[in-house]
Amino acid sequence: MPAPSEFRYIAKKRRTKEDRRFIAGAGNFAADRTIPGMLHVALVASPHAFARIVSIDAATALTLPGVKAMVTGEDFVRATEPLMSGLDVPKVRRYPLAVGLVRHVGEWVVAIVADSRALAEDAAELVDVEYEPLTPIMDPEAALDAGALVVHPDHGSNVLFRRKFVWGPVEADFRAAEHTLSFRTRWNRSSTVPLETFGALAAWNPATQLLDIWASVQMPKYPDQLARALRLPGNAVRVNFDVDVGGSFGVKRGLKHGVLVGHLARKLGAPVRFIEDRLENMRGGDAQGPDRIFDMGVAFDRNGIIRSLRIRALDDVGAHAGRAPLQLGKPVGAIVGPYRIGSVEYEAISVTTNKTPQEAVRGFGQSPTNFALETAVDRVAQALKLDRIEVRRRNLIRREEFPYTIPSGSTYDSGDYHTVLDKALARAGYDELLRRRDAVRDAGKLAGIGISCCLEPSGGNASFEPLFNPKNETTTWMEGCSIKIDLTGTIVASMGTSSSGQGHETLVATVIGEILERDPETVRVVHSDSLTAVPSNSPVGSRMAIMLGGAAAGAAKKLKAQMIAIAAHNLGLAPGVVVYNSGDVAASDDSARKIAWDGIVEIAHRKFHKLPPNTEPGLQVTHAWEVPTGGTLPTPDGRVQMYPCYAFEAHIVYAEIDRITGEVALRKYAVGHDCGTMINPDIVHGMVYGGIAHGIGAALYERFAYDDSGQLLSGSFMDYLIPSSHEVPDVEIVDHCTPSPLTAFGQKGSGEAGYLGAPAAISSAVNDALAPLGLNIASLPMTGPVLADLIAKTQGKTA
Amino acid sequence: MSRHEITLTVNGRRHTANVEARVTLVDFLRDDLRLTGTHTGCEHGVCGACSILMNGKPVRSCLIFAVQAADADIVTVEGLAPDPETLSILQDSFWETHGLQCGYCTPGMLIAARALLNETLSPTEEQIRDAIGGNLCRCTGYKPIVEAIKLASMRMRQSNEAGGKYAGAE
Repeated sequence: MPAPSEFRYIAKKRRTKEDRRFIAGAGNFAADRTIPGMLHVALVASPHAFARIVSIDAATALTLPGVKAMVTGEDFVRATEPLMSGLDVPKVRRYPLAVGLVRHVGEWVVAIVADSRALAEDAAELVDVEYEPLTPIMDPEAALDAGALVVHPDHGSNVLFRRKFVWGPVEADFRAAEHTLSFRTRWNRSSTVPLETFGALAAWNPATQLLDIWASVQMPKYPDQLARALRLPGNAVRVNFDVDVGGSFGVKRGLKHGVLVGHLARKLGAPVRFIEDRLENMRGGDAQGPDRIFDMGVAFDRNGIIRSLRIRALDDVGAHAGRAPLQLGKPVGAIVGPYRIGSVEYEAISVTTNKTPQEAVRGFGQSPTNFALETAVDRVAQALKLDRIEVRRRNLIRREEFPYTIPSGSTYDSGDYHTVLDKALARAGYDELLRRRDAVRDAGKLAGIGISCCLEPSGGNASFEPLFNPKNETTTWMEGCSIKIDLTGTIVASMGTSSSGQGHETLVATVIGEILERDPETVRVVHSDSLTAVPSNSPVGSRMAIMLGGAAAGAAKKLKAQMIAIAAHNLGLAPGVVVYNSGDVAASDDSARKIAWDGIVEIAHRKFHKLPPNTEPGLQVTHAWEVPTGGTLPTPDGRVQMYPCYAFEAHIVYAEIDRITGEVALRKYAVGHDCGTMINPDIVHGMVYGGIAHGIGAALYERFAYDDSGQLLSGSFMDYLIPSSHEVPDVEIVDHCTPSPLTAFGQKGSGEAGYLGAPAAISSAVNDALAPLGLNIASLPMTGPVLADLIAKTQGKTA
Repeated sequence: MSRHEITLTVNGRRHTANVEARVTLVDFLRDDLRLTGTHTGCEHGVCGACSILMNGKPVRSCLIFAVQAADADIVTVEGLAPDPETLSILQDSFWETHGLQCGYCTPGMLIAARALLNETLSPTEEQIRDAIGGNLCRCTGYKPIVEAIKLASMRMRQSNEAGGKYAGAE
């Protein structure tokens, strides 16, 4: 594998293909598309967290001019199948609209369809729904109690999944340990909250029996799920992937949205569109993230070497199952983080409550897990009065130990954690930071330095599916790409997924350019639709640089081989004695004896008589690539190779806390990052910066807060606080490159970078700042008011 | 619902329209004029995705009604470039620093930056962060946006281009 500097286009500063249209205001988002005669949906949402629906009266609403229809959950029970669930919980049934019970505030109850959104909203206000309120369950621990009310009575319990995994001699390691400690951390609900809400438009054509969908979607197997739910053949649903998605970071799944408009479009024989408003997105969009309590036990020796972990993770998925509970499964693949920890017990518990359903969020459960692990490392250092960095150095897996297999069965591909940590410390100016912190403390203020060392598992496989659901035998999570060279000699590549800012067109063009030695600028990359698409599992799990990049590389290599064979045949030479150079093919020993790119293309497209025997005319190939290391089911004790590649990041952050307001100011932030070869460094860096901004939100500001009656208290951007350019500091990245041995160019994933380590690092800084007061805090977000109250108590007064 | 006839200038073109009193300016721009570059993010004036220039000042088009824009001179993201085949220096600078990812907040960011650069072509980092402080971005962590605006200001100081012929910076 060439070093990054030896690539022609890869790892170089290059402008993206996508940015041009966005800066011109010419993006093509779901809400930008209209079809003549298009109807609009408004929803009547539940005001109660838990209630029985007694009656629905829409008679007045339907008399308004321009109102076309109203539907309730019963309509979907008759005409559709329940929405997919990731677990084996057949009695946790769900349709786009509530049936019988409402289970969270904001749950969709009635859909009104009208000529305009405004008319539909007018009508929705006239719908009269009578409810019989029930007592909601808002606390995940209370939901576990035997006597608790059950959110899904047919299921019989609030427990969706519960399993205790034991990997290695945990009991013995804890018995033999010189020290143990235990603590609880709380990762409260937040999410990635993209600025674009979810939108979907459906059009049914009775003449072709085809349902077209345009949606702001980022979801594996979305077309198949839609077709199943709508009781349509798979080839009667065409999901158009040329929709630009305005941010997703995991959450834009929108199955219920697609089924809603798909069903309405068929029923009404007209195009139907639904675009969430902000409140609908926040409380009814099923886009909230993990909501987790960790009970941690750590066994370690006097030198700070961690021997074993006990982790109990209780996750509150909200009112419905969906795919979210699997977010407890993915962290199994990096359950010891970047550390040499010999044994682990992991109890994963997923419960329902009367909160908005959870959805996949950047990292799929890894960021909360990393936060718990890093808190454990800090606690060990604190207990032994050892330096936090030294404790990390002692426990980090060493460069020469790769490939390294962790107790839960995953093998880490490569890494150089000590070097990356050292680079981050150097970039942060760690010694100077220590002096600065101590000087600020001497002046009577609160200041702290935070550290985190975290993994980003990447190359997204779905091994957590069979791990958490034995009926699911999914062992491939392939990705495909097809390429053709047309008669004019230009290259067109297509992928079977939409993008939400990850720069996939740039990725594919760069990879193809690298292999075929053609300027990526000249490569057109399109998002095909689900009927013409090659298989894709969408951009989840930090997978596309690896998987789509690998598929594009595989397809380009096939094309190149075909071009070489055609040229060699026409030169009267064996393919082994010709040289391919930027698309021209010449004899190895005589560069004048050659056929140029255009000549090869001409032969392939027009001159069958000049093609080698048994050669398909034209130049077009498809390549579907299996996840490297994929293909096997978990062992009975739950060991599994989760993702193939493991990127590493070391965060160093310096923070000061205002004693009165509790406000945390991040004064310095440096991160060492190693994701192997960066195909486009600007794209990777952008994701790291953005991921850290997300992490800052999760650590300090963002929370989906509920009151005891189940009302969402932060349904707008006035209450759900997203970091602005004032809160996000000037983050400095220092790169390192340990190539992955498993991928086409040594690349690893980076889509979740930053977010996986920032909350842990910021929590570490806050706790370092609070330490002189004898305080610690293990609950996120660490908002100003929370910290102010905590600090005030040490001063003998309350805020 | 009462309707009103309004005349306004958008990206240098005069439009006369009959609008419902309750229609917001952003809906009017997107639905009636089909200028879909202006986006809605929150529709309560926090995120800044719907920012436009109104008589040279940045305004959240979700917070005013179309009727309030009668007789106004409006510039949307579509009006920042000299022509459809060319980008302004500001837009090109966003491309150069990859000052965006999904592109959804980008039109609002460009408008906020344009308004700042109309005031000064030598903004400090603090002024830049202030100018975009009311525009949320979930992708970039802001740094590549700040870099884009710095780069644009430097290039514009050295250029004859005023940065878009309707942007009021001549």
